[in-house]
Amino acid sequence: MRLTRALAAAAALSLLASCGGPAAPQEPTGPITLTWWHNGTSDPIKTVWQDVVTDYQGKNPDITIEAQPIQNEGFSTKIPLALQSPTPPDVYQQWGGGDLASQVTSGKLADITDASKPWISTIGDFAKGWQVDGRQLGVPFAQHVVGFWYRKDLFSQAGISAPPTTMAELNAAVAKLKSAGLAPIAVGGKDRWPDAFYWNYFAVRECSQQTIESSVKNLKLDDPCWVKAGQDLVDFLRTEPFQEGFNGTPAQQGAGSSAGLVANGKAAMELQGDWNPGTMSSLTEDKDLDSKVGWFPFPTVPGGQGDPAAVLGGGDGFSCTTRAAAACAKFLEYLIGPEIQNKLAAAGTGLPVNEAAVTALKTENLKTVAEHGRNAPYVQMYFDRAFPTDVGAALNEAVANLFAGQGSPQGIVDAVNEAADGAK
Amino acid sequence: MPVARRLELALLLTPALLLFGLFVLAPMAIAGFYSAYDWNGFGPLTDFVGWRNYADALTGKVFQDAFWHNAVIAVLSIAVQLPLSIGLALLLNRRLRGRAALRAIVFAPYVLSEAITAVVWLMVLQPGGFADRVLGAVGLGDLVQQWLADPEVVLYTLFGVITWKYLGFGIILLLAGLQGIPEELREAAALDGATPWQTTRHVLLPLLGPTVRIWVFLSVIGSLQLFDLVWIMTLGGPANASTTMATYLVDHGFKRYEIGYGSAVAVLVFVVCFAFALLYQRFALRRDTEGALG
Repeated sequence: MRLTRALAAAAALSLLASCGGPAAPQEPTGPITLTWWHNGTSDPIKTVWQDVVTDYQGKNPDITIEAQPIQNEGFSTKIPLALQSPTPPDVYQQWGGGDLASQVTSGKLADITDASKPWISTIGDFAKGWQVDGRQLGVPFAQHVVGFWYRKDLFSQAGISAPPTTMAELNAAVAKLKSAGLAPIAVGGKDRWPDAFYWNYFAVRECSQQTIESSVKNLKLDDPCWVKAGQDLVDFLRTEPFQEGFNGTPAQQGAGSSAGLVANGKAAMELQGDWNPGTMSSLTEDKDLDSKVGWFPFPTVPGGQGDPAAVLGGGDGFSCTTRAAAACAKFLEYLIGPEIQNKLAAAGTGLPVNEAAVTALKTENLKTVAEHGRNAPYVQMYFDRAFPTDVGAALNEAVANLFAGQGSPQGIVDAVNEAADGAK
Repeated sequence: MPVARRLELALLLTPALLLFGLFVLAPMAIAGFYSAYDWNGFGPLTDFVGWRNYADALTGKVFQDAFWHNAVIAVLSIAVQLPLSIGLALLLNRRLRGRAALRAIVFAPYVLSEAITAVVWLMVLQPGGFADRVLGAVGLGDLVQQWLADPEVVLYTLFGVITWKYLGFGIILLLAGLQGIPEELREAAALDGATPWQTTRHVLLPLLGPTVRIWVFLSVIGSLQLFDLVWIMTLGGPANASTTMATYLVDHGFKRYEIGYGSAVAVLVFVVCFAFALLYQRFALRRDTEGALG
């Protein structure tokens, strides 16, 4: 009897919650406990978040924060279940884009557009990835920028004087590295998403910002520039720039991963996010790694419609659910404030979204990357995140197939369009 | 049956039945229910699509491939692991020096979890890794492959690892079967002048029948549900060349938020396993279980 009643109540609640869009934050009354699901399971960010809890509770005696670190991969199963339940976490890790758009259909997410108005401008354009239909449904605390991390020592060993700025120069660098007996580029093809970075960047170079925005919005890749991006990728693959067995290489796990290969001097460069120095340093004994690596943006592509300075990236953020939305929004304001942003930057956990904290970054490389992202005409969110989750996965799969010698540039475009139409 | 006895039965069975119902039957029914919807796991269940998810899966190339990959693993298991297990079991059943140690060594991989097995073999099989170096050192460098990166090779590499892991289990099972064969039968055969080969062929192997049939059953069901090892070692790649039905299910159901579709795939996997189990019981295991089930 009890169980039936509880089930009925839960069902009624979820029906109520699913009516209309996300609810606006209410004002909290009395002491509030915020449950906070984040992915800081290991240092340095684990300690930063622990300090945040202590510090925030000290400043706000009414607020108790129950932080629960969850492995990255856990979120994809835990969040759907939690958003079905009557008691989802109040604050949870959110990567924006298509995932966010899927999750908002649960009706449990808080619209913090109004609550965040006074302070959202501090982080500029980065907030856009956490919007759905113009509503702010979360806030990033770190931005990510994808570019080439390279070994200066291997470049000079191969006689490359400056980092390549065009595709022709990149191809020349690849040829030089090969003739010096080095693996030019490492890629973690097993994980698929590192493959997709290449197609993503070729698309950002080939397609104008306008085309990209309308295509992502309508979920239809109908401009020829999308096929052109795939053709660029095919041409690039023909030069065989990657390490041996790249289709089976993981991106970030172990010395044999693509990050490990660069960290240990077995490959000269890798197209990866700003997190790569952190990943690499945990995979090598080399204490001077930071001084050996450099960074350069993805080269320009001749004849492309895209802005040559446009950047591919994304970010880490948090979303609020409706129960304690106002308190949650306040907490997010605190996370993007200069104090915490400086701490995050200094700990090396990512690029701060608050410009005031850029100087706190540990290495010159990271400062370069952060400035590059900040000065870019626009930052395109990785397409697998920008699209709804299933469409993004279909894209990554199709690109990875191309890397493995199957499919075609048109096939990638078809895979996205078909997935958007509901095909599996 | 007297009332008291019935009550006793009901009392004792209820907890188990409740658990079974709650954690086995109910989820299965719910999966069947979800499978008729196009649902991402978040909003209300509104998009009823009937059998479309099933049709999509059955006509989709990747799921079809996944089914064949499972089938290939099952067939290879029977064709390769079974003869190997029987041979090694017969060998280890003889009185030879260090038999206990040998048995322990053969059985050891089975004790490891699939996750650990996968991680260890990932390191062994990476380009220029232990496997490649051993092949090079013994002059077989030409055999070096892109073990996990070549779509043509990856499924067989995985089968090799599966064999490494599960061979010990087959051998222990068969050894147990061999121990159950009365010594007198062998002595009688020897008295009749049978050679060791004839004894093996005409006495031991036929009497091992029930054990072999159980092994085949476990092996095929295991092959159909293959997941952990593949997920960790290849994620089903490259280019879906090692996708199994279970990795396909998790990829679509959880990673892509296609809960409705994933449920349909889950039901299909269940139907395949269940159909095999029923047919196998009916045609292969019947004579073994006849006595037991009366």
